[in-house]
Amino acid sequence: MSITGLISIALSAILIENFILVKFLGICPFLGVSKKMDTAVGMGLAVIFVMGLASLFTWLVNHFLLVPLHLEYMQTLAYILVIASLVQFVEMFLQKSIPTLYRALGIYLPLITTNCAVLGVAVLNTTKGYNLLESVVYGVSGGIGFLVAIVLFASIRERIQFSEHPKAFEGFPIALVSSALLAMAFMGFSGLKIW
Amino acid sequence: MFNLEIMDIVWAIVVLGATGAVFGLVLALSSRAFAVETDERSEKLLSILPGANCGGCGFTGCALYAEAISKNGAPINKCAAGGQKTVNEIASCMGIEPVKSDRVVAVVKCSGGNNAIKKYEYLGLHDCLSASLLGGSGPNECSYGCLGLGTCLTACAFGAISIVDGKAKVDSEKCTGCMQCAEVCPKKIIVPVSYDQDVIIACSSHDRGAVLRKICSIGCLGCGICQKVCPSGAITLIDNLATIDESKCVDCGKCASKCPRGLISDAGLPSRQEIEAMEAAQAAAAANTAAPPSAPQA
Repeated sequence: MSITGLISIALSAILIENFILVKFLGICPFLGVSKKMDTAVGMGLAVIFVMGLASLFTWLVNHFLLVPLHLEYMQTLAYILVIASLVQFVEMFLQKSIPTLYRALGIYLPLITTNCAVLGVAVLNTTKGYNLLESVVYGVSGGIGFLVAIVLFASIRERIQFSEHPKAFEGFPIALVSSALLAMAFMGFSGLKIW
Repeated sequence: MFNLEIMDIVWAIVVLGATGAVFGLVLALSSRAFAVETDERSEKLLSILPGANCGGCGFTGCALYAEAISKNGAPINKCAAGGQKTVNEIASCMGIEPVKSDRVVAVVKCSGGNNAIKKYEYLGLHDCLSASLLGGSGPNECSYGCLGLGTCLTACAFGAISIVDGKAKVDSEKCTGCMQCAEVCPKKIIVPVSYDQDVIIACSSHDRGAVLRKICSIGCLGCGICQKVCPSGAITLIDNLATIDESKCVDCGKCASKCPRGLISDAGLPSRQEIEAMEAAQAAAAANTAAPPSAPQA
């Protein structure tokens, strides 16, 4: 696959098929930790990290375990197994070896173990038939798309706090309405064609 | 055909079970290999500390303070929220002598509120900062005083601040001295004062007496009477404002009784009757302990 193909995959994962705003995957952390900018950035970075690693390892598991043994229909189960153990392992590894990164990612790392965006990227890699490199690129750029969306949304929510709106919309309802508007704005990218 | 399907199921169970077992084994081994030694004392300290994460100790949160005590031997009397009780518990946990908690509380250095004349009626956002940005630094004639809109009240995590008679008031029993209120006060009139300090001059105005007399019925005129009556030389006039040096003040309360404006408060001080009762009780106790050994001799 040429370099243009990889760029095309990355751009489509970030903008055109944004995991949150177009595919509606990983909504819970998107709404849960987007109240403040710094927590949103921390969560976004952790998601990039985990989605990249998960893409790598689930591809390996699919290619060397599930396909040879004709167990493709068990992929959801196998992927959850891989992702959960992988995140646990990475957390232990980071705590020992790179404490600075461990502290930066903090509580978000274990939180995203069961994030549907992470499982989603693994399943999509398989259904789209990506090779190893493409899978990792798709995973990392999917994470970047998550970061972009959650940072945009966090900055909107910080402003919403100080704007006037009806009492009934206070808090969560207005957040849902504004996320819907943000998602509609991202629909505008669907016409984007790359090469 | 039927047999084959059964075999498929068994095969899937075996493979996935084996995969899970391998992953579990790897995790178990790596939890040994990557085990991080944590000081159990810092975990114990964390359970002792109040867990308010107010930052009053100067560290960002209780966990970091606990770590700083156990690892780097940080001073154990920095937790304002916990007070002396926490200091004693930390001391017993660390196996060192307890020291006196240097408890400070926030004090709003303004007695104005409804005593201060308003320039105009403020109807904007209910927030001190936005009010203070308006013309003439806020709706009060006095440019130093409390605006009474309660920005400090929302900043206080301990519910120690209330707005009384148009100005903020700190309940020193609830206050932990974290000074979050001072951070948000646009007038910067909330200051840390020792919990034991009773005599307080609650005014921040540096206006001359003639000016101040017209705009506030209680503020410090800078007349200097308190400075003259103070037996320990603790009060000095700095730029038209009487200021107490806590290290010299003996909490006698003479300044409070002489202040022509009734501004100086000695609310925490015991009254004269109480002092006399206390002294009598002490004398009685001293006489009791002194009496038994002297009785047999006589």
